[in-house]
Amino acid sequence: MKSLTTLVERLGGINLLPVLLAIIALVLIGSPSTWLTLTIAGLSMGMMIFLMASGLSLVFGLMDVLNFGHSAFISFGAFIAASVLAALAVWVAADSVLLNLLALFAAISAAALFGLVAGWMFERVIIKPVYRDHLRQILITMGALIVAEQIILAIWGGSPVAVPRPNFLSGSLIMGDVTIEIYRLFAFGLGLVTYMALHAVLNRTRVGLLVRAGVENREMVEALGFRIDRLFIGVFAVGSALAAMGGAMWAGYETLITGAIGSEMMIIVFIVIIIGGLGSIEGSLLGALMVGLMGNYVAFLAPKMALASNMILMMAILLWRPYGLRPAVK
Amino acid sequence: MSAPILELDNIFTDIAQYHILHGVSLHIPEGGVHVLLGRNGAGKTTTLRTIMGLWQAKQGAIRFRGEDITKQHTSDIARKGIAYVPENMGIFGGLTVEENMRLATLDGSFDQDRLQRIYTLFPALEKFWNSSAWSLSGGQKQMLAIARAMIEKRDLILIDEPTKGLAPAIILNMVEAFREIARETTILLVEQNFLFARSLGQTVAVIDDGRIAHSGTMAELVEDVALQTRLLSLSLDAHQ
Repeated sequence: MKSLTTLVERLGGINLLPVLLAIIALVLIGSPSTWLTLTIAGLSMGMMIFLMASGLSLVFGLMDVLNFGHSAFISFGAFIAASVLAALAVWVAADSVLLNLLALFAAISAAALFGLVAGWMFERVIIKPVYRDHLRQILITMGALIVAEQIILAIWGGSPVAVPRPNFLSGSLIMGDVTIEIYRLFAFGLGLVTYMALHAVLNRTRVGLLVRAGVENREMVEALGFRIDRLFIGVFAVGSALAAMGGAMWAGYETLITGAIGSEMMIIVFIVIIIGGLGSIEGSLLGALMVGLMGNYVAFLAPKMALASNMILMMAILLWRPYGLRPAVK
Repeated sequence: MSAPILELDNIFTDIAQYHILHGVSLHIPEGGVHVLLGRNGAGKTTTLRTIMGLWQAKQGAIRFRGEDITKQHTSDIARKGIAYVPENMGIFGGLTVEENMRLATLDGSFDQDRLQRIYTLFPALEKFWNSSAWSLSGGQKQMLAIARAMIEKRDLILIDEPTKGLAPAIILNMVEAFREIARETTILLVEQNFLFARSLGQTVAVIDDGRIAHSGTMAELVEDVALQTRLLSLSLDAHQ
């Protein structure tokens, strides 16, 4: 038993959980082609959720701030991206991959830039006065979320808004019996690149070192001579930009969005950061992949259980590891 | 005696509804080891945290080299050359030993001479340089906490009960380390372990119920058994 544990640890330990989940699903699903389609769908969904969740996890971990307004950035990101894509409809529909890419880049950049600026303002105006007071944080960020949803309603209206997909991301790759949506592959790739960039910043730069230390012990970082509150503004703004970027990607995935898109995703985002462990980017990725895969497998195997499956997953993981899979603080 | 590096003038500190410090006044001369003794709950840790700005003084003044730092931000106080080693050591367990040390440097680079001195004092830190700080023993964590305060030149180091829970052999190692540090830095040491404190301290202040009950030289306190018994409810004879 001990040698098996050592072997599992050497192979990646807890990081193997998504692989284990995929193997179990393969046995239950039976058909490899269906399984592969669902697995790729689950991984790409997981990566989009990761984009939305990673910033919130750092904000939670670094400053112990409960930001229920995070979903507003997801919603705004989705609608801004939809508007930019609609404005660049000619590029979006063009046969040129370059024009398609430019339109997509403009949409995602606009969403991320909005998240960055709005996140900075949100922290200064809404969050700063309620540091160290969870009840007020919940009340004021919930209030801000309601206001944000009303602003979206006022600007984009109550009817669902269509999100045009760039031409090169439409359609699917068909390999034998396996059908893979190109958009999902793109979402997976973008999520992976973002994760690698975040990982590099957190592990190879001094700012990243300060963030990781701050997640563990804010007070000690300040006693070493660093202003954690200033660092937090940056983390909050980047986290909001990531949420908006995730919202933009999710909008393209859904193709039809409403003002409730952020609130609908928020439950899943919270599940992901709780499963992953607060303050940990690796934990957020692991949690997001588990949630994405679980959602897709269960929706195929037992559709009526799809909504409950992630809650059950969260309960099971918390019973096993009360602080999540990879918490930043042990 | 040299001019004070740190002065606390009639400091009052509250934590929530509790009044912890009731007019603490201290004068810490520059150079050497100065000890703040007191039983549990007397206000020793609160005094250090108030100096660092981690808890705000409600009244009174704290001066470092004559400059009023009472209302300054903790990070600004640290950048003036004051290091703090808290009772819980404040180690970042998720970081490696090297990352913990690097974080204690203001520009992210190491002075190799200082690093070699640290390795000589605490060989375990060189051995576990790339290991996670979580994997260190209690004594090694304390070594890391003290090494972090030594990695750059500081004018004053505040150390809160460094011997708590440590084995006697490690405490001897600490005595040696503090003597080495005290050659270039002033140390304000908070302790309950009188034997450890007397082996290092030049001056001593005894705090009780948030007030300074006695201050003077360590030699005076060591020789005056009646004073020890009155202030600390102990005598050195009982410890020997």
